Parts: sequence; C-alpha cells; structure tokens
Amino acid sequence: MDEKLSANTSTPPVILEIKNLTKKFATEGGRYLTACDNVSLRAYAGQTLGIIGESGCGKSTLVRTVLQIHPATSGEVIFEGHDLLKARGERSRQNRRSVQMVFQDPTAAFNPKMKVKDILCEPLKNFGLLKDSEVDAKACELLRMVELPEDFKDRYPHSMSGGQRQRLGIARALSLEPKIVVCDEATSALDVSVQEKICELLVRLQKEKGVTYLFICHDLGLVDLMCHQLAVMYLGNVVELLEKGRISQHARHPYTKALLQAVFKVDFRPGEKIQPIEGEVPSPLDVPQGCPFQSRCSQCQEICCKDKPVLRQVEDGHWVACHFVE
Amino acid sequence: MLLDVKNLDVSYGDRLTVTGASLELDKGEILSIVGESGSGKTTVIRAIMGCLPGSGHVSGGSIVFDGREILNNTPDEWRAMRGRDMSMIFQDSGNMINPIRRIGKQFIDYILNHAPDKSKEEAYEMACAMLMSVRLPNAANIMNSYPFELSGGMRQRVGIAMAMTFSPRLLLADEPTSALDVTTQAQIIRQIVDVRNEYNAAVIIVTHNLGVASYVSNKIMVMKGGQIVESGSREQIIGNPQHEYTKELLAAVPVVGGRKYYG
Repeated sequence: MDEKLSANTSTPPVILEIKNLTKKFATEGGRYLTACDNVSLRAYAGQTLGIIGESGCGKSTLVRTVLQIHPATSGEVIFEGHDLLKARGERSRQNRRSVQMVFQDPTAAFNPKMKVKDILCEPLKNFGLLKDSEVDAKACELLRMVELPEDFKDRYPHSMSGGQRQRLGIARALSLEPKIVVCDEATSALDVSVQEKICELLVRLQKEKGVTYLFICHDLGLVDLMCHQLAVMYLGNVVELLEKGRISQHARHPYTKALLQAVFKVDFRPGEKIQPIEGEVPSPLDVPQGCPFQSRCSQCQEICCKDKPVLRQVEDGHWVACHFVE
Repeated sequence: MLLDVKNLDVSYGDRLTVTGASLELDKGEILSIVGESGSGKTTVIRAIMGCLPGSGHVSGGSIVFDGREILNNTPDEWRAMRGRDMSMIFQDSGNMINPIRRIGKQFIDYILNHAPDKSKEEAYEMACAMLMSVRLPNAANIMNSYPFELSGGMRQRVGIAMAMTFSPRLLLADEPTSALDVTTQAQIIRQIVDVRNEYNAAVIIVTHNLGVASYVSNKIMVMKGGQIVESGSREQIIGNPQHEYTKELLAAVPVVGGRKYYG
C-alpha cells in the first residue's frame, strides 16, 4: 500500500498509520506463532475502522500491539508523526492518554471493589488531571455523557446490568479525551437490543468528539453498519480492505464472500441455504507458504501455494489480496 | 403431539421466574425460543429436561411427553429418559465434558451407562460412528484427545454426537452457537438441521440470534421477563410480528447492507 490510499481528497487526515506490523509469539520448542503478519492499515480522523475475522485471526493481537500491551516484533505505528512503538518510559505513558480501550467483557473490566465514580476518575487521577474534590462532579459529567443516571456514581459495578456496565466502560475510556478508542468486541457480550443502544451511543459520541474508533467485531452485519472502512483479517493477514457500504455487493476475496454466506439473515427466503466454508483456520504455528487461505479456498491453484498475494487496489477504496481478483 | 407443555410455572426458591409457558411440538419440528438474557428461555428447556439447577422447581402446569406426564417421574424414570428419549446440547460442550479425561473414555462411559448390555468394544465402535456422522474427520484421533485439544466447533460437534447417540426423539439445544464464530456457527446449525432430517427428531433451540431462529425454525417463541410474549410459525413471527417487543427485537438485528449508523 502506498500513497494511493490517501488519493481520495475528501477523506479526513490519517490519524493512525500501522506500517508492516508483525507480531510473533515465541512458543515451546523454539517455534513461533505468527499472530499478525506484515499488517498495514490506516485509520482516518473521526472515522471508524472495522476489523473483522474469525477467532484466532489476529485482530485482537493487532490492536493490543498498537496499544503496546504486547511489544511488536517489527513494524511501526505512526501516531501524530511519531512511532508509538519506539516511545519509552514517560513518553510511552503519555501516549496512552491518546489511545484508550473498551473491553469485551464488561464484568471483568472493572475492579469489583471500586465505586463507579472511582472507576471513572482513576485514569484522570493517574495523569494528575483531577483533584479529589472534583471527583464527584466529574463522575456525574461522565455518567451524563453515556446517558446513565448521576446517582450511579456511588454504586458498585455488580449492581449494574451488562449494557450499563458497557456504558461505564465507554465513559472510562473517554474520560481522558483520547483521539483513538479501540473497541475490542465491545458489544459481543450484549443482547441485540442492548447492542443497538450501545452502538448508537458510540456513534453519537464520535460525532460530538471526533474520536476515531478501531472497532473489532465478528458480526459482519454490525461492522457494516458501524464502520467507514473495513479490514477483513485471516490468519494474521489483511486479505481485503474496503470502504463502507461495499461489502454486501462488492466483496471480492473468496474468504469475505464465504463469511457473507455464513451470515444468518432474519429475512431468509424459504429454501435459501447457507453455505458455510468447510474446515477450520489452520494453526498459526505453521502458516503455509503462499496464500493463507489456500486450504479452504474453492479457487485454490498452484500459484496460491507458492506466492503469497499482496494487497492490491482493485477499485477506489477497495484493496484485495488474491491472485485471481483483477 | 410429541411434547405438550401447558401453563408451566417455574420458581427458584419462592421466586416465580417463568409464568404460564405453553408450547406444543411435533416430530421433526424445530422450535426456537428467543429473547434477551434473563428472559427465562433456558429455564423452560431445563424444566422440560428435569434438570433445573439449585432451588429451581416446577411450581405449576404440566409437561406431557409422548402422551405421558413427565413431571411425576421418579428419579429412575428421569435417568432412563434422559439421553435416550431426550438429550441436550449446551452452550459450550467443552464445559460439559470432564477436562481431565479423554473424550473417548467419557463417550464410552456415557454409552455404557445408558446401554449396560453393550461391551466396551461395541461402545467404542458406536462412538466412532457417531463422531464420523457429525463430520468430524479421524474419529480415533478425537477419541484419544482431551477436550482442550479441540476447537470450540469440534467440541460442539462432540456434544451433538453424544446427544444423538441413542436417537432421542427430542433434542434440546441451549445457545448451541453463541460461543462460536460465524463460519463455525453456520456449520453447527447445518449439523443440527441434518440431525433433524436424519432422525426426524423434534428440536428446541434456545438462541438470542434471530437470524439463526429464522433460518432453522418451523415455530418461534419470543420470551420476555419470564413470559411468552408471542409465539407462532416462523412466517408469522418474522413476517408479521404482532407484539411490540418482537418488532423491537427484529429491528435491532444488524443486517449486512442494512440501515447505516452513518448517512
């Protein structure tokens, strides 16, 4: 990927650029598990970049590496002109103010012995931005922002429902006014009706504050509704990258198409069949040479087992890594 | 009518959790129970199976299975019925299997428990045949594995294989695909439909995925707060929902290419 990415003049500036990021975990016996393989992505200011794929495809590892929860094996993450991964010590700590995270499981994300107001204000106090006397007022402000009643500030997380706790998670992530918020399956644990409310909240906050989301999800429908740009990952590689609204009609990569065929729509026509792809994702311990999707692809040919396809632009705002997509 | 549940009330201790649940199911039919967490969907199918946890008990109504009231079953009758006449698949079959014993040993134990006249060798053959029938390649290898060595989808297949060993006439599935990826979910749902076609069993699937419910079901039942708010054929519920809550649920499902949050 090169400058073609930003050729479209109407797109907002790039806020986060992931360049050739690779993450390998050392395992027993001196082998390496490749979780992310040479991933390059760009997130635009005030927009949502969706990342989708099956479990084990490296989507969580990717954002965790960006957040410096894991050290990267190689590559760069450019944010405001600096490489986040090179920052050390206090610099690195300050960087975390700009990139925050909303976790999947709202039950496990909070200290059960802390009150809501302390949970919400802890990040601010950590960075010395808030006095003890201001905690109550700030907590009320944050609760209002996520449409929770102010008297929740003296509650404990266990007395709240899943949806309320996820609102709390969002309020905590936004308390430092970050530029980027990573939502790692932030709605997967919730019921559909609650999920809808949380997504509406996320969208409203994005419009108000101009924050950028990296939105990880395995629900194709939801990602399609939420995101401006969508990256499909398979076995640590981005196999397709497309702009919003294109996935339902214009998906080109065989894996993306297979994913689409495995989605259960509510309005099935009688007799319409789902077509799940067979088999499972190969082990990331021995990633095959050539295309990562070769073992499950219906169009697999000799070249797929030899050369790994690179991400190429096929249309404006649409990149595919497949030998057979023109 | 294979299963006829009338005005079922279920309580935990003194607290009434499910009130007045009624449902009818015939051979070869698939019924989906949908609703948000805490609506009592799992409680209903656990009551049918006679395995309510803790202080849970049926406090009213009747469950007639194959022409017989099963609420009056003795513990021995329950034991004889479970596994042979009706069986259950859980959300993560990995949790139902003992993590420190090989799949094979447990599968053989299960078969010998329900069919004491079989020899170990016969049980082994039976288990392998069942594993093969749910599209698990290399059954001998699976029999020799520990649960943690299998992926979520494979464990769920083992669960289905075990549940179908004695061709039960009623299969209860408690959120069988909620822990799985879309592709695996599609494989497992297809497996459940295959099982229905092959054994002509009646199936009740508890799910919060309306897409799944719409795909597999003949009948759909919507629950909220321990009560059935609407129930009917798939066409009625999906195509012409009457209750506000059903409409809300249907509208909340994200659809590929559907209404966008951004203009």
